[in-house]
Amino acid sequence: MANGRTSLRLPEPPSVRLERQARERLPATRDDDLRRLLPGVEPERRLDDWGRSERIEGLMDRTLYEFFYRYWFRCEVEGIENVPASGGALLVSNHSGALPPDAAMIAKALREEHPRPRELNITVEHFFKGFPGFSMLIPKIGCVAAHPANVQRLLHDEEKLVLVFPEGRKGTEKLYRNRYRLRRFGRGGFVEAAMRAGVPVVPVCVVGAEEAMPVFAQMGALQRLTGLLYFPITPTFPHLGPLGMLGYLPAKFKIRFLEPIHFEGDNPHEDKAQVQTWAHEIRARIQDNLYEMVARRRSVWFG
Amino acid sequence: MNSKRILITGLSTYWGGRLAQALEERDEVEAIVGVDSEDPRVELERAEFVRVGTQHALLRRIVEAASIDTVVDSRLVVDSATTSPKLAHENNVIGTMNILAACSGPSSTVRKLVFKSSSHYYGCEQDDPAFFTESMVRPHAPRTPIERDILEAEAAVAEFAEKNPETSVSLLRFSNVLGPDVRTSHTTLFSLPVVPMILGFDPRYMFVHEDDVVSALEHMVAHDLPGIYNVAGDGVLAFTEVCGLLGKTYAPILPPWGTGLALAPLRRLGLRVPPEMLGQLRFGRGLDNRKLKATGFEYRHTSRETVLRFGEHLRLHPVVRGVREPYRYEREVEEFLRWSPSVRRGAEGLEPLSPHQFTELERLLRAYADRAGVEEPPVPEPRPPVPEPEPPEPEPVAAEPEPPPGPPVAEYDDLEAEEILSLLSSLDAPDLDAILGYERAHRARPTVVRALEGLLARQRAGAPR
Repeated sequence: MANGRTSLRLPEPPSVRLERQARERLPATRDDDLRRLLPGVEPERRLDDWGRSERIEGLMDRTLYEFFYRYWFRCEVEGIENVPASGGALLVSNHSGALPPDAAMIAKALREEHPRPRELNITVEHFFKGFPGFSMLIPKIGCVAAHPANVQRLLHDEEKLVLVFPEGRKGTEKLYRNRYRLRRFGRGGFVEAAMRAGVPVVPVCVVGAEEAMPVFAQMGALQRLTGLLYFPITPTFPHLGPLGMLGYLPAKFKIRFLEPIHFEGDNPHEDKAQVQTWAHEIRARIQDNLYEMVARRRSVWFG
Repeated sequence: MNSKRILITGLSTYWGGRLAQALEERDEVEAIVGVDSEDPRVELERAEFVRVGTQHALLRRIVEAASIDTVVDSRLVVDSATTSPKLAHENNVIGTMNILAACSGPSSTVRKLVFKSSSHYYGCEQDDPAFFTESMVRPHAPRTPIERDILEAEAAVAEFAEKNPETSVSLLRFSNVLGPDVRTSHTTLFSLPVVPMILGFDPRYMFVHEDDVVSALEHMVAHDLPGIYNVAGDGVLAFTEVCGLLGKTYAPILPPWGTGLALAPLRRLGLRVPPEMLGQLRFGRGLDNRKLKATGFEYRHTSRETVLRFGEHLRLHPVVRGVREPYRYEREVEEFLRWSPSVRRGAEGLEPLSPHQFTELERLLRAYADRAGVEEPPVPEPRPPVPEPEPPEPEPVAAEPEPPPGPPVAEYDDLEAEEILSLLSSLDAPDLDAILGYERAHRARPTVVRALEGLLARQRAGAPR
């Protein structure tokens, strides 16, 4: 973890030591038992505990997502059966586009194509929580901050689907000439999270998002001025204003879910070598499939 | 339940008073002693109030004299709008250190410490997890004085727990409290006709009902549960959702940048937003409350229900305001009600003493008799209810022999003058007489003698102090 960030592993301060000693003295409260103590659903509420709003998400789903999924990107999905119908699973995907459309399209694909439509929690940068406006909207459409504790709670305790982009920002700020070339997959934190939670990893490949919003250049000075994550130059942004962020080109989308990867052994996440090996392996699988999908594609716009 | 003799520090805070009332209901609790520097604000039946601040020498004497086994510290200031930063620091850090000093040491009788803390421990930052668990450490250094105080106080408690392994230390971190009776900066904010919020932010909020706070403290007293526990009702609400439940309009009038500056004119209008609340208005905070639930504690209200109850109160308040007289503590009245032979207890006349009261009485009488050198201690036998009102309590004083030659209070000679003075208000006339006689015969410190004489004169004249 980065310095100063809350992490699950830090040098043990006195309060934590007190905690641990207490736990040792009180073995009844094992962390596993806490799952049954999750708060119950209050049906009158319109928001869940993560701030997700059924109303706003439903509205987006029926209008914007529906339009882009069906008519603009004409999404084609294969291997949806690889996403488990129950239990937690970590979806790992490549990432691209200045305002990435891939997350929304994967979520929409799960709702539309999966035999048991499931909600997807999308992990995003902490940046969005601190930026006015985004801070309000982002949780309501099913995004959570990419904090190891959040991922652990969603995957292990609540047994939900979580989507991560291990490339993170490096994926979305890369330029058009680097398209479909995966960036570094972080430090393997996502593998560790899945191992710790005891859930499978489902690699996902998205083709089309790179052409939907090609990034030609990054303006460092404007980025610092606006306080945004980055300030890209795309076919429609910034000269068409903030709405230009939604000016996607109608590229054909193909989403492929690969076979889930289950991890063996007790506490595999403590074995750093194994974590790194798997991170490289998952990256290689996604990269291979991407090359194969791009090679078979006859047209960027018609698939 | 191992806790039978309980000391509550901060009896005059809302929580101290409520907890004392709740513990009074439990028959297995033998003695409840409450200390504070101010008068209690709730009506108490058998809990005894001693006016002491956080001077550890005095607290230590009380702890030893009453052989206290459980100390509940409900004194922490977690809302900087209620007092000045300096007083808050004095209370939170120095006060905690003093109370811990009074409980520690190899000869201490204290076996359990319950400490009321706050979820301000975690702070509010951009890169917080959605749910803080008890083992998480705050990612950034504290930004506000209150948060710093709470961190320091908790560090002192952790150190105490480490050095006194035989004492069970429970620490509770409460989220924001709402309820009809409690007053915090948040209740003030939600009472406004239009609730201000920061533009572009919809923070996460968890609330705990005031009744749940009291039962959580009581739960800790009743069971031995060492460790740290978050206390927050189920469910994380968004700020706009809270306003909706309360039926309030919200107005995003605070700018996202330079919020502190924008608050200055609002302060002139009477809205005081303390700095630690500003972080909550921006990012909010979620707690993982499952560890406490795993110990068998059951919340009676979720966050949402807490807000709904509070909303009902807000609507009812303008109608019933001022109907109920607030309680005012008057020592004479309290003493009359507790000890006077004229008070008829119950409709049937005099109630028999409870077994606990008897053992207590017996213990006291033996102690008196031992000191006075009486061969056979006059132990009263448990009697059936007597029809005619007969004073049960003054009896030991009446049966007591002449003022003993020794000091009337244990280790009286070791006490400093000001320590004696602060003890005096809890004694009654015969004891005061005895102390006066002893003081005159021995050290005859003018301050003590004067205070004693004045007190006795006022008591004889029956004038209110």
